[in-house]
Amino acid sequence: MSTESLRIVWIYPDLLSTYGDRGNALILARRAQLRGMPVEVLEVRSDQRLPATADIYLLGGGEDGPQALGAQRLIADGGLHRAVAQGSVVFGVCAGYQLLGTSFFAKGTQCAGLELLDLSSDRGPTRAVGELAGEVDPRLGIPHLSGFENHGGRTHLGPGVSPLARVTTGVGNDGATEGAWRGKLLGTYSHGPALARNPDLADLLLRWATGIHQLPPLDDTWADRLRSERRTAVAAAPRP
Amino acid sequence: MPLRAKVASSVSRTAAALSRAAGRGDGSVIGGWIGLKIDPDLLAHLSAGRAIALVSGTNGKTTTTRLTTAAVGVLGRVATNSFGANMPTGHTSALAKAGSTPYAVLEVDEHYLAQVLEATEPHVVALLNLSRDQLDRAKEVAMMAQLWRAALVRHPRVRVVANADDPMVVWAATPPADPAQGHVPPHVTWFSAGQRWHDDSWVCPECGSTIQRSGEQWWCTGCPLRRPEPNWTVEDDGVLDPTGAWHKIQLQLPGKVNLGNAATALAVAAEFGVRPVDAVSRLGTVTSVAGRYAQVNRDGRNIRLLLAKNPASWLEAFDMADVAPTLLSINARDPDGLDTSWLFDVDFSPLTGRQVLITGDRAYDLAVRLEVNGVPFQHVRSFDEAVRAVPPGRLEVIANYTAFQDIRAELDRVN
Repeated sequence: MSTESLRIVWIYPDLLSTYGDRGNALILARRAQLRGMPVEVLEVRSDQRLPATADIYLLGGGEDGPQALGAQRLIADGGLHRAVAQGSVVFGVCAGYQLLGTSFFAKGTQCAGLELLDLSSDRGPTRAVGELAGEVDPRLGIPHLSGFENHGGRTHLGPGVSPLARVTTGVGNDGATEGAWRGKLLGTYSHGPALARNPDLADLLLRWATGIHQLPPLDDTWADRLRSERRTAVAAAPRP
Repeated sequence: MPLRAKVASSVSRTAAALSRAAGRGDGSVIGGWIGLKIDPDLLAHLSAGRAIALVSGTNGKTTTTRLTTAAVGVLGRVATNSFGANMPTGHTSALAKAGSTPYAVLEVDEHYLAQVLEATEPHVVALLNLSRDQLDRAKEVAMMAQLWRAALVRHPRVRVVANADDPMVVWAATPPADPAQGHVPPHVTWFSAGQRWHDDSWVCPECGSTIQRSGEQWWCTGCPLRRPEPNWTVEDDGVLDPTGAWHKIQLQLPGKVNLGNAATALAVAAEFGVRPVDAVSRLGTVTSVAGRYAQVNRDGRNIRLLLAKNPASWLEAFDMADVAPTLLSINARDPDGLDTSWLFDVDFSPLTGRQVLITGDRAYDLAVRLEVNGVPFQHVRSFDEAVRAVPPGRLEVIANYTAFQDIRAELDRVN
């Protein structure tokens, strides 16, 4: 950690906050606080400079226009690139995941991404909307991914990244793989408050940020019930 | 009315009556559906000869429509779709059922505003607000504002009554004038009803710059878009009209949001020539609206029903609810939207210190949300269990759409 408290930056909530994206910041903060870690959550708007010294950076979902604008401002700002070079954790969902790559499509044109992950996104034939589930890369040591996706993009992974998960329900990147990760950067199409349904993923980000390998366990009864209910629902009514 | 429309209208009424008699529903959709099958122009035919007001927006449509209907009632009989059936089938049913009336006030789903403007040629359209609502199938907010704007350009003669506090609405209501194309700006009357929810209007829909806020004012930092001076405003427990006269409003509906809805209703009625002084007493006759705000006594509990469908309306519901035991119920069926992510857009901390119970198909999503919010809660499996779990006295029930209908059904479809 950079200082005595864990610093979490929610990047551009004015642009990238389509559906409950605040949840990821709230969940990380709460899970850290329950373990006695002091936490600071900074909401950095798109007309402000991005601090380069935080521990975790969060990128949420957004409509086309705000996504393109957010990418432009992050490239011009340079703070996120400096933070990544210093080993900060980055977690991007949906539009925020796409803009970590080399390029993405918004408003019918190709836009330059941040080039922090070796992936590119274009438009798929249909919009992917519904439950998303997958078996996570075993090297990450966490149980299955559970979420909800709502995007028109398809994402193609280069050799410089690994898929986050193998899709069992839904579309994710392309119907086969879902999300991507490299080092301490991780992105997913599981949108909005993705960490609500994936507390182990939240703890993975906290372990990456703090370097603490054994975090004290928390009572995740409700999240476990939610995960198991969603898994049953998906099995009972698979998406067409 | 052409013969085909007459037949369609009559069949439509019969089907609606059958649907109600069979206990299948309000009959407010099925009749219109059958009627439109027989005559696709039925809505236009039924609209002809009536002075019509449309009411659209993400939140407050049903209540504002009911209040407006009461206010316009000063002038004569008013047809309205009072059961919240707000798509063209519902409008068709409502107009067919009402028979010939000089006036109609119709609640319109925001996605259908362009189509209904076309079919009904209204005298006035009220634009309440736009915020995120069921994004898994609804249009994104900026896209909806664009659709409204494009529709208004095609109807320059319609009078617009619009919310000055919502930047998306203001932008939609003020399409650019283009004399070469014959486009004149619509006549807009602005009302201020307050806006608790700001998270969908930080970015200017015109130029993409940041929108700044200070008190009730807002302005774009990159272009001239800013809050227009409202003609109608809420002040204390009343409404200031454009002449500067203040009218005390005594509603049976709770919350500041309903005072705003009352101001809107008076502004719309004024477009038909209704004087606010003649209409205010009628607003107080509205008790509950399709179950919303209804109060039912059961086993010593006074149960009040509040509907909250999206983040903006949850904030309003917390404001209306008494500090009392509160049951929250969440479903995610088709009419609700399948995605529960929005729960994290709502700050549930106003419930801290109240006895909170949760239920519904998606109670676990709510459980995880409340836990993160640090709000203690108790999970119950049924409405009856909730009633038994609270002491005698007020029980506030806040539920989203189908969860609300489920509870309403338990209470014998209370209106």
